[in-house]
Amino acid sequence: MFLKVNGESIDVPAGLTIDALLSHLGITREYTAVAVNREITPKGEYATVTLKDGDKIEIVRPMGGG
Amino acid sequence: MYDGNLVLGGKEFTSRLIVGTGKYSSNEVMREAIEASGAEVVTVAIRRVALPGRGESILDVVDPKRYTLLPNTAGCYTADEAVRTCYLAREAGLGDMVKLEVIGDSRTLFPDAQGLLEATKTLAREGFTVMPYTNDDPVMAKRLEDAGAACVMPLGAPIGSGLGIRNPYNIKIILETVSVPVIVDAGVGTASDAAIAMELGCHGVLMNTAIAAASDPVAMAEAMKLAVRAGRLAYRAGRMGKKLYATASSPLEGVPDWTS
Repeated sequence: MFLKVNGESIDVPAGLTIDALLSHLGITREYTAVAVNREITPKGEYATVTLKDGDKIEIVRPMGGG
Repeated sequence: MYDGNLVLGGKEFTSRLIVGTGKYSSNEVMREAIEASGAEVVTVAIRRVALPGRGESILDVVDPKRYTLLPNTAGCYTADEAVRTCYLAREAGLGDMVKLEVIGDSRTLFPDAQGLLEATKTLAREGFTVMPYTNDDPVMAKRLEDAGAACVMPLGAPIGSGLGIRNPYNIKIILETVSVPVIVDAGVGTASDAAIAMELGCHGVLMNTAIAAASDPVAMAEAMKLAVRAGRLAYRAGRMGKKLYATASSPLEGVPDWTS
């Protein structure tokens, strides 16, 4: 299936959870937040939320800024 | 002279200087500059992770155990975007204190007053400690306070302009209008600008470019630390009145007579 992650279309195995997606992309969980289709997912639900084809996902972290 | 701390959202800070983490030439310079500034509160932006995930993070440079991280909503043009960004920051583990920006125009980066007020109301209701970046408008400052802002952060001049405090009289009126802390955010270019903000009676100053874009950011960071402290002390000390003509500092009596 295809997901739109941070604006990029990526091909991933079907039935992936958020947890599995983060591992797949090599992204650490600490100080990271995830939104699926504009809804922010609590960290406790990463293991149980299953992603669907076409989902739009934002994965953010703190970066340098003023 | 004893001076109370800067209180924001129930937390007390000894330093009245808040610094940003953008635009530094290297992480090492940033680390040293933040250290030299003596700041305890450090702003960060919330941005997309690069794909695939790289190891490096701003938090390797700015230790969240040592500094209070203040996520901003820079780049948000609507109240909705800004509120969502604050929720993301909270979910990321950055706490409840946010530097709220709702930008109205990309060339000046001036705030959108209506969006700012709306986002402040929503976030304050949701338990955030809201620190709104606002125009130097006393009426807006009062509206923000009434909406639940923990402080107000009027601009001295446009973000990144380094033009200094363009309207010190409005800042003064804001100080007389609201009872929450007033922190000048944006516009400071050099140490005297920070000192002027503090001499007016502001409770703090927030800056990024003035330090990051200096030829020697670490030295400028120290200059800013001293300027904020000097300005605060001068404010607390109470400056002398201004007079148009001279008043001699030495006694007028007892001057030797050299007339022949």
